[in-house]
Amino acid sequence: MGTRQLLRGNEAIAEAAIRAGCECYFAYPITPQAELLEHMARNMPRLGRTFIQAESEVAAISMVYGAAACGVRTMTSSSSPGISLKQEGISYLAGSNLPAVIVNVVRGGPGLGNIAPAQCDYFQATKGGGHGDYHLIVLAPSTVPEAGGLTMLAFDLADEYRIPVMILADGMLGQMMEPVELPDPVDLDSLPAKEWATTGAAGREPNIVLSFDLAPERLKEMNLVLQEKYARITQDEVRYEETSTDDAEIVIAAYGTVARIAKSVVRMAREEGIKVGLFRPITLWPYPYEPLRALAEKVETVLTVEMSAGQMWEDVRLAVCERAKTPFYGELGGVVPTPRAILSEVRKHAG
Amino acid sequence: MPVDTSNMTKVFERPRSLTDARFTYCPGCHHGILTRIIGRAIDDLDIAERTVGIAPVGCSVFAYLWYRCDALQVAHGRASAVATGLKRARPNLIVFSYQGDGDFASIGTAESIHAANRGENITVIFVNNQIYGMTGGEMAPTTLVDQRTTTTPEGRDPKLFGYPIRFSEMIAQLDAPVYVTRQALYDTRRINDARAAVKKAFEYQVEEKGYSLVEVLATCPTNWRMTPVQANEHVRKTVTKVFPLGDLVDRGT
Amino acid sequence: MPKGTVVIDAERCKGCGLCIAACPQDVLAFSGNLNKSGYDVAYMEHPEACIGCAFCAMTCPDIAIEVFREKTASAS
Repeated sequence: MGTRQLLRGNEAIAEAAIRAGCECYFAYPITPQAELLEHMARNMPRLGRTFIQAESEVAAISMVYGAAACGVRTMTSSSSPGISLKQEGISYLAGSNLPAVIVNVVRGGPGLGNIAPAQCDYFQATKGGGHGDYHLIVLAPSTVPEAGGLTMLAFDLADEYRIPVMILADGMLGQMMEPVELPDPVDLDSLPAKEWATTGAAGREPNIVLSFDLAPERLKEMNLVLQEKYARITQDEVRYEETSTDDAEIVIAAYGTVARIAKSVVRMAREEGIKVGLFRPITLWPYPYEPLRALAEKVETVLTVEMSAGQMWEDVRLAVCERAKTPFYGELGGVVPTPRAILSEVRKHAG
Repeated sequence: MPVDTSNMTKVFERPRSLTDARFTYCPGCHHGILTRIIGRAIDDLDIAERTVGIAPVGCSVFAYLWYRCDALQVAHGRASAVATGLKRARPNLIVFSYQGDGDFASIGTAESIHAANRGENITVIFVNNQIYGMTGGEMAPTTLVDQRTTTTPEGRDPKLFGYPIRFSEMIAQLDAPVYVTRQALYDTRRINDARAAVKKAFEYQVEEKGYSLVEVLATCPTNWRMTPVQANEHVRKTVTKVFPLGDLVDRGT
Repeated sequence: MPKGTVVIDAERCKGCGLCIAACPQDVLAFSGNLNKSGYDVAYMEHPEACIGCAFCAMTCPDIAIEVFREKTASAS
């Protein structure tokens, strides 16, 4: 409580979830998020809360569905292949207007890939991965303290909008250690009651949690409820950070671990006289299209850097259009771009 | 000419824990009988206000319409895992899942086994009619050898597709479950036995004794291509030879 | 007066015939009247034979049957 600790990213997320009042945690072991699972295993029972190592990631997301339906704060965590397994369950959560937090500590893919950090699940997280017209709020921390803070925010946003929220981290962030001072635990009694939850129909009409209606007109109405919600979130919950963009000629667009590396590149480039800035989305959904569009009016180049073959790059191009050049530099397979390599790309586009 | 009942005692009526909704099941389908039995158990134990039902995917997808209780409709096969999350989150709730043979014994195999193995304090109702009704009559894991279905049009060949799976016997091997039983509904005596079994399975949850599984042999007249009366006879004569009736485990006493 | 009688909700009945087969007294039969859903509704063909055992109601998958029994003088 209010003390500084040296924590791994995975541990910071776990501890933040506990402080946010996560009552039920269900997960299946997978590298590189083992420390998150272990932190929950050590601490949740001690606090009288629920920890289950589920039989699979599919079972885990289904347990989340049950806990979420009766109104408790609940979370699961996994890494890329496990998140693939959860997609049907995620679609059900979204379609049923259930709050939940899902952590993806992204690793190299596709398939089994490897356990090194990557950013190749951006499409899966932001464009659906599950079926149907739905979105998750996707939060992308780039430091260990931010991972903790965004995890606590995730629970609040999930409850406020009745939506699953994803923390999109990566293997490097999950493993690295930094000093963190996490906020005090949330007072759960101060949170608004969930009138819709399946807490037992005593003195009221039954609450039914579902994502189903055979009649197209009624399913359309259910979908419109979701779309209206997403419109509100898009209006009110965009988060991003700009660094050194006031006089920039080249802006690096990056998120997560890559954005952190890019901050060094900004400093290194400026030492060479290249006016570089950084545009760092924090919400990958809703994506900060408007601020990036406005920034693109003032610069020559928006260089997207990702640990992928170019996934966020598509949203950058959507935002920027013809306003600036939109080159891309990516690393694949879990290779982490070095500051020097990114700087080398920057130099190519410098005037 | 209807008899004047004003001087008579009503001895049978709809359970009060069931809504007035008309069941969407086919004529003669046993889902309706089982639903009534569950409603009766909820009445007898007076637990409607804290019961939450979990509807699967299948013919009973609409199960959430039948009870005056909170309910969830969940992904195919996952009801036992959802029940786990719900019960752990709010242990005071009486949680039951209601699943067909595809939901429980095919796509949900892992979730069904592991909820039982953890000994979750829930009541699982497993409706075994040896076929997939909702999707038009495909083979189930419990389909009998030589039984014709849309995916075994020449009859189930064990060399290609294995044998009917006796899931309750598998669950009965586990250490945790407190009550595992197989029942049927093809005549009044079986219906009475099933009613007692379902009530016991809910009672054990109320008494926090642990995991109960009630497998119920049911009919699917539509996809078996039989009349309801023929279908009942098929269960009595043939199905019970493959799936024996009775209690496999009862550690609750 | 028969010992028992049943009231069948015609719109819930799906004409499945299970009640007819379950009745130990052969009270019930198909009426030949179709309800709004097109089902041939069961009815009491021999109401005088009903003993109010409720076997029909127990087996009815649509809970379409209510059962009544005459009040007996002796307490039970």
